[in-house]
Amino acid sequence: MTDTKTATKDERISNVSFLTNIMRRPEFGALLGAVVIYVMFAVVDTTGQFATLQGTAGWTDFAAPIGIIAVFVALLMIAGEFDLSTGVMVGTSGLLLGILVSQFGWAIWPAIGFTLIFAATIGLMNGLLVIKTGLPSFIVTLATFFVLKGANLAVTKGFTGSVRVSNIDQGAGFEDARKIFATTFDLGGANFQITVVWWIIVTILATWLLTKTTFGNWIFASGGDANAARNAGVPVNRTKVTLFVMTSLAAALVGIMLALRLNGMQAGQGVGQEFYYIIAAAVGGTLLTGGSGSAIGASIGAAIMGLAAIGIPFALWDQDWVSTFLGVILFSAVLVNSFISRKAKGARK
Amino acid sequence: MTTPALELVNVTKSFGNVTALNNVSLKVEPGTVTCVLGDNGAGKSTLIKVLAGVHKPSSGEFLVEGEHASFASPRDALHHGIATVFQDLATVALMSIWRNFFLGNEPKKWWKPLGIMDTKLAKEITKRELLAMGIDLRDSNQPIGTLSGGERQAVAIARAVHFGAKVLILDEPTSALGVRQSGIVLKYVLAARDRGVAVVFITHNPHHAFLVGDRFYLLNRGRMIADFQRGKVELDELIKAMAGGAELEQLTHEIQVIRK
Repeated sequence: MTDTKTATKDERISNVSFLTNIMRRPEFGALLGAVVIYVMFAVVDTTGQFATLQGTAGWTDFAAPIGIIAVFVALLMIAGEFDLSTGVMVGTSGLLLGILVSQFGWAIWPAIGFTLIFAATIGLMNGLLVIKTGLPSFIVTLATFFVLKGANLAVTKGFTGSVRVSNIDQGAGFEDARKIFATTFDLGGANFQITVVWWIIVTILATWLLTKTTFGNWIFASGGDANAARNAGVPVNRTKVTLFVMTSLAAALVGIMLALRLNGMQAGQGVGQEFYYIIAAAVGGTLLTGGSGSAIGASIGAAIMGLAAIGIPFALWDQDWVSTFLGVILFSAVLVNSFISRKAKGARK
Repeated sequence: MTTPALELVNVTKSFGNVTALNNVSLKVEPGTVTCVLGDNGAGKSTLIKVLAGVHKPSSGEFLVEGEHASFASPRDALHHGIATVFQDLATVALMSIWRNFFLGNEPKKWWKPLGIMDTKLAKEITKRELLAMGIDLRDSNQPIGTLSGGERQAVAIARAVHFGAKVLILDEPTSALGVRQSGIVLKYVLAARDRGVAVVFITHNPHHAFLVGDRFYLLNRGRMIADFQRGKVELDELIKAMAGGAELEQLTHEIQVIRK
């Protein structure tokens, strides 16, 4: 971000140094953290694989599905709302796709289309319920979470007699769909998942949406001060509902990818993951109270999770400690973020 | 005489059996500052809300440039050139100055339905417009929350003027500010007036009103009890009239008794 050059140079501009401008970015703390964590795991690595392309393929495979959803969870949080039903939505959409194909004989593409429409409807319901009832989105989407969690189990068992849907590959167009949603590609001898490409595209798109469009301006305003935004003529409700739909669609996209990759889906898939997305967003500098944050930050947050998930076993540490590590990261990242943003923003205070 | 930008004729507003405004009339001329003075409970808030389009008058006439008007919402009033700057609800603290300036009116480029903001243009206009109002910005990228209260009010005023407000209603713009900050805001009130805007300045501070006002209306218990022209009234007179003259003398007497 550079300032527009003006004819008369303002001597006070020099107060805002290049460094301050960078430090003012909400994802700065996360980026710093990611670099430190990367170097740390590269040093303690026992396999010699961590800092190679193959190691990169490993941690990005873990981070990509988290990142795709976390980016939209971050946008929603910037607008001042939570969605706790994202994790279970991954399962619901994968199961729905599987049941449509394996039980009703649908072809893959119509099944994917229907799954996305279904996910958008759930997102729309979340949004409208939050707006119409005025209840906190934390509660509304927590309810959606549990409703879907139960339905996932009951419906799956009802159709298959087990907690798993399989044989998605019998649907027409399965191989074509896999080429887009669940294949791998070779890069310098390392095998990367296609989800990584989706992750990068989604991050760029969301960043552009947030920083360069009017919709992005409304996202910041809705979460920053809904009353002031309404006074200025911002359609706050429509902005929030749209974001609930987007978040739900992102979860469905990941569910579809997973179902195609595994050629099946467990009824309990995704449950508990919703916190990973919120952690990624928070680590990436998104304020839990709304009004500030970044999409790239959420992606960096997801990358940190990938680094930990691969780096810890590579260092021959007990894998059981991954969650503990993430808990510590979450706390220190948010602490550092709030310290940095206070320093960068509080020039006067 | 020009047509008043805004005129209320015998407006009454009641909420159930409470009459908040009783037969209030007022005229707001373009390029002037009209002050509405009143103590707490005088009916200032109700008057603002009627002018801003939040409430509809129970009876009486509301004229905008000589024509009857009835607004469904503040947004509707804004479309008719009546902008209201509310005391605390004007800007979003965490957003940058230029984002605040264009909030709800973002400039777009390329294919408009895509909603791509022309951020470069937005920053340029923000800097230029604020400079025209005498606000010299360091950096339009900084969050507006880093500005002082007076500067934030000034940005809100500049924004309303830029987007073509013919009438600018200011709700107690100086009440939460210190002396210096109030001075800044009053300066911008005059800057807006000089650009031909009809300013309605609602306040309980007769000192501030006296500094910038061209016309003064006194509101008390829902009624307009007096109105003065600039030059035909002294500050003391204004303060006395506002506090209800006799009431103030009574109060002074009582306090002196207590202090003895």
